[in-house]
Amino acid sequence: MADNVRPRVKAPRKAKAGEVVTIKTLISHPMESGQRKDKDGNTIPRSIIHRFTCEYNGEMVVDVAMEPAISTNPYFEFEAVVPDAGDFKFTWYDDDGSVYEETKSVALA
Amino acid sequence: MKRTAAITALLGAITAGAAWAEPAEDKLTINGEIEMTTWTEPSAVVEGALPEVISGWHFRGTETRAMQSDDFDNPGMIFVEDAMAAWDEVEGEAGKSCASCHGDVEDSMKGVRAVYPKWNETAGEVRTLEMQVNACRTENMQAEPLKYTGTDMTSMVALISSVSRGLPVNVATDGPVAETWEQGKKLYYTRTGQLELSCANCHEDNYGRMIRADHLSQGQINGFPVYRLKNTKLNSVHARFKGCVRDTRAETYKPGSPEFVALELYVASRGNGLSVEGPSVRN
Amino acid sequence: MTLTRRSVMVMGAGAFVAFGLPMRATAAAEDRIAEFTGGAEMGSEGITLTAPEIAENGNTVPIEVDAPGAEAILVLATGNPTPGVAEFKFGPLAGSQSASTRIRLAGTQDVVAIAKMKDGSFAKASSNVKVTIGGCGG
Repeated sequence: MADNVRPRVKAPRKAKAGEVVTIKTLISHPMESGQRKDKDGNTIPRSIIHRFTCEYNGEMVVDVAMEPAISTNPYFEFEAVVPDAGDFKFTWYDDDGSVYEETKSVALA
Repeated sequence: MKRTAAITALLGAITAGAAWAEPAEDKLTINGEIEMTTWTEPSAVVEGALPEVISGWHFRGTETRAMQSDDFDNPGMIFVEDAMAAWDEVEGEAGKSCASCHGDVEDSMKGVRAVYPKWNETAGEVRTLEMQVNACRTENMQAEPLKYTGTDMTSMVALISSVSRGLPVNVATDGPVAETWEQGKKLYYTRTGQLELSCANCHEDNYGRMIRADHLSQGQINGFPVYRLKNTKLNSVHARFKGCVRDTRAETYKPGSPEFVALELYVASRGNGLSVEGPSVRN
Repeated sequence: MTLTRRSVMVMGAGAFVAFGLPMRATAAAEDRIAEFTGGAEMGSEGITLTAPEIAENGNTVPIEVDAPGAEAILVLATGNPTPGVAEFKFGPLAGSQSASTRIRLAGTQDVVAIAKMKDGSFAKASSNVKVTIGGCGG
């Protein structure tokens, strides 16, 4: 796993049933593109997060296939419907097989 | 001959095309809470040299400016979070962490960034924040010093800066620091390198103009450490100085050298009155 | 400088290479589009792509896509060495079919977003982003 990978998520702690909420996610990751060369002229192998998903109570919100053109420290902002109290589950899939997860609980307001 | 061509090329780059672009009229508020002073009256330090004192934030594009206004959107805050963990980490022979002596960083470090570099009476020297962090580490924690422009150090400086955001930079220029400040001022106006450019040639004489496609700022350092889109990491003041001096095609001073400490003191004082912004976002 | 036949040929070859690269990338982008749409016609209504006209640095360019009712949105950077950027698939709990992210652009180019609608139709939006070269870079 890449060094110092840490997911961050901004989601409301409370929402009304059926409310549309804004979610922001940011994960520290170099997203090595596979296009760069090191000092000796050798290509630095690609090592990126290639997929990100957000689910709520097991149902899909968004599923993103990511390519090397996503910037270092990948950032996403999107909207989700909160039908009921429950948990957001965020998952990032690294090229090296690592999986990074984060959950955020939402209570009904 | 070569030198003349190079100078002509660079000056041409500064003056050609749309030479002047107004710094953006905009208001910076962090997290909808902290009102920032980013454009202010000159202090006595820059009276006659600058008609107004403007943060580098105004010279950046709309998207870059927006990125700094929310801590979640500001990638520099990733490094602040890392430093928050380091703050509580026990290191060194004395078995202490930063928190062992200083407690909560938000309480104990508030206002600190605003007055650095400053005079340290015991050591009898002007200290940058980096020097103070390392003095704390080696003397009080009995731990290894951090590399001056390394990520661990720059992240720690960013954490300490972040809790002073919104407070005015207020660096002392007289008393025991006067001599160092004068040395820094001299360096600021001294032309260096094959291009024979001083700091002032770009950042005092030509701020607001375009240097190729880049909008020249006043070179204020109230926003340091800076998260640059270019290298997607935090950049320290001395790393930036080194880059600037190198671009004049000169042999540069070393980060942490007495010359750069003096220059930082002087440049910091030129921004007296601007809010502490670090970690800021720039291109 | 005196132009010799040789130097003209070398310059010509250089021009061809410089011209050849973006052409290849565009072809790759067209392949990706064909793969996504199956070669179907694309409308221009119902999708919005927001991107800066001028990006201060190609390393971190904020973009937003919005296509109400879309199942998926494909984003391509047609001038990059590989054109793929991201494909967003929206699930039943998506609050809108929109998303923002930050992307890398290797130079001035067209960014393209294509939405696949629920009825099987496709819509395309395109935005030219100028990537500036900094003055100093230090």
